[in-house]
Amino acid sequence: MIEKQRYIIDFTISALLRRKGKNITLLVSYTLVVALLASVMFLTHSLRTEAAFVLQGSPPLIVQKLVAGRFDYIPVEYGKKIGAFRGVDSVKGRLWGYYFDSFTGANYTIMAFEEMSLAPGSITIGEGVARIRKIAVGDMFPVTNYRGETILFTVASVLSSSSSLVASDLILMPEKDFRSLFNISPAYVTDFAVTAGNARELPTIARKITKTLPDTRPILRDEILRTYDSLFSWRSGILIVILCSVIIAFLIFSWDRASGLSAEEKYEIGILKALGWDTSDVLMMKFWEGAAISLTSFLGGLVLAYVHVFFASTTLFTPVLKGWSVLYPDFRLVPAIDAFQVAALFFLSVVPYTVATIIPVWRAATIDPDTVMRAYR
Amino acid sequence: MIELKSVSKIYNKGRPNEFTALRSVSISIQLGKINVFKGPSGSGKTTLLSIIGCMARPSSGRIIFQDREIASLPERFLTEIRRKTFGFIFQHFNLIKGITVLENVMLPAYPEGITRSALKKRALDLLDLFDLSNKASSHIEWLSGGEAQRAAIARALINNPAVIIADEPTAHLDTKLSSEFMDAMHKLKKDGRTIVIASHDPIVYDSKHTDEVIAMRDGEVIPAGIRT
Repeated sequence: MIEKQRYIIDFTISALLRRKGKNITLLVSYTLVVALLASVMFLTHSLRTEAAFVLQGSPPLIVQKLVAGRFDYIPVEYGKKIGAFRGVDSVKGRLWGYYFDSFTGANYTIMAFEEMSLAPGSITIGEGVARIRKIAVGDMFPVTNYRGETILFTVASVLSSSSSLVASDLILMPEKDFRSLFNISPAYVTDFAVTAGNARELPTIARKITKTLPDTRPILRDEILRTYDSLFSWRSGILIVILCSVIIAFLIFSWDRASGLSAEEKYEIGILKALGWDTSDVLMMKFWEGAAISLTSFLGGLVLAYVHVFFASTTLFTPVLKGWSVLYPDFRLVPAIDAFQVAALFFLSVVPYTVATIIPVWRAATIDPDTVMRAYR
Repeated sequence: MIELKSVSKIYNKGRPNEFTALRSVSISIQLGKINVFKGPSGSGKTTLLSIIGCMARPSSGRIIFQDREIASLPERFLTEIRRKTFGFIFQHFNLIKGITVLENVMLPAYPEGITRSALKKRALDLLDLFDLSNKASSHIEWLSGGEAQRAAIARALINNPAVIIADEPTAHLDTKLSSEFMDAMHKLKKDGRTIVIASHDPIVYDSKHTDEVIAMRDGEVIPAGIRT
């Protein structure tokens, strides 16, 4: 039995090599389709994982001020009022914003950060900023202030983080430098980060804040997480819709390849049957043929997608899937793969192809060999 | 004895291109002899060979082989009979291009699952018998007409069949090679095999080795004594 399978596999390999051109074309197009789909899956899953990772370290509740529905700086005294609510553990004012670097065309996240005890005039930068600016510790980094004057900062350190997304585009500086750079009064901060002794009390605290300070907007971490999740799902959905045309083209091609056995292939099946091969032997041979093409393409596509997403920074989809203002400069995602998605891709690509290959072969193999040979001679 | 009783074969039944290839043919094929069906193109010789060799089923009638009615057997039994009992030599040889002569010869034995060393030895012995040892690793497309036919004969013998079926085997051979083919068939007959040939080549049906000639025309057997 094993020997028979070996003979059949040997013959399958020689059959694949006999129709090299056709099979290579199929293999390449199949691999590219799998790579495109897998790239979308890898990217959206990594972004979701990344967002969840980022938010893990972020405050459970953020309070912002709104003026006419627009975000505005919040008075420091609001912090004292929020701190007085029962259950609130700590309230910390934060200063942050975005900085457009006209030299590179990139947007960075700029933040006042006291915990690192940075000396005045020095900054800590993310790995992405260092890479795009080609600077290292000790180099100068020019920043334009609110008056249009260029202020030089010394790079004190470069952040390295397990999460590239959180640290990549970051510039950290002392609070005093931040305020003078953007002309922000000491009476205001960007927002407040609030923590509570009991996390379950946070929704209640958020409701109290809205009631007492109606011009504020409390944002819970869980809400952000849900928003990110639906945002990336929506964006990956859009991309999959765009890719649908590619998938449909591939399906038509594979169906044509599978259902339209060439006259040569049908004739060959007739010869094999005439020589004493069972229908099951012919089906087995064609099954191995289909499996070899679809599995090779599937694995090749996965590897290609992995390289594309995690090493080539998803060059093809970046403009569609990532917000340019937040995620530029370029960064490398931490590899995260959802086994369920990979399994789904397997069942949506390998299984239909193999089945589509088998059906016409079964039709050709179940009729009399004499008929097959007469019809396709 | 292989017996055909009132065998008819209609292709594309019920369609505009329907045609009757065999009309109520009843014949007996003697085992251990060289039997030749002769007749012009379209007389039904190839169809008759296909039905005898279990490659096609008759539309009606019975086929008795070794005291057993085989026309109505399920496909898998017919395949087994075909593989174990019959060896085929086709008009166009039907060797598979792109693989070697040795692989072509071994092909019918793959479903048997014999060990590779034993199968290879058997195939090489057959190639040696037909002076093709030096061509074992050659691809089919590199063979001459005579060599391709000898390879086809070797392939027909790989499963050690009791009956050899040959359809117009000399159609693409010159006179010398055709005579050599009949000599080879004679040797196989002496080994105890039955040879069934369809041909309209006088070298075959007038050969001194031929034991039985059955004349056919328009899907019917012409009774002995009637001039063809």
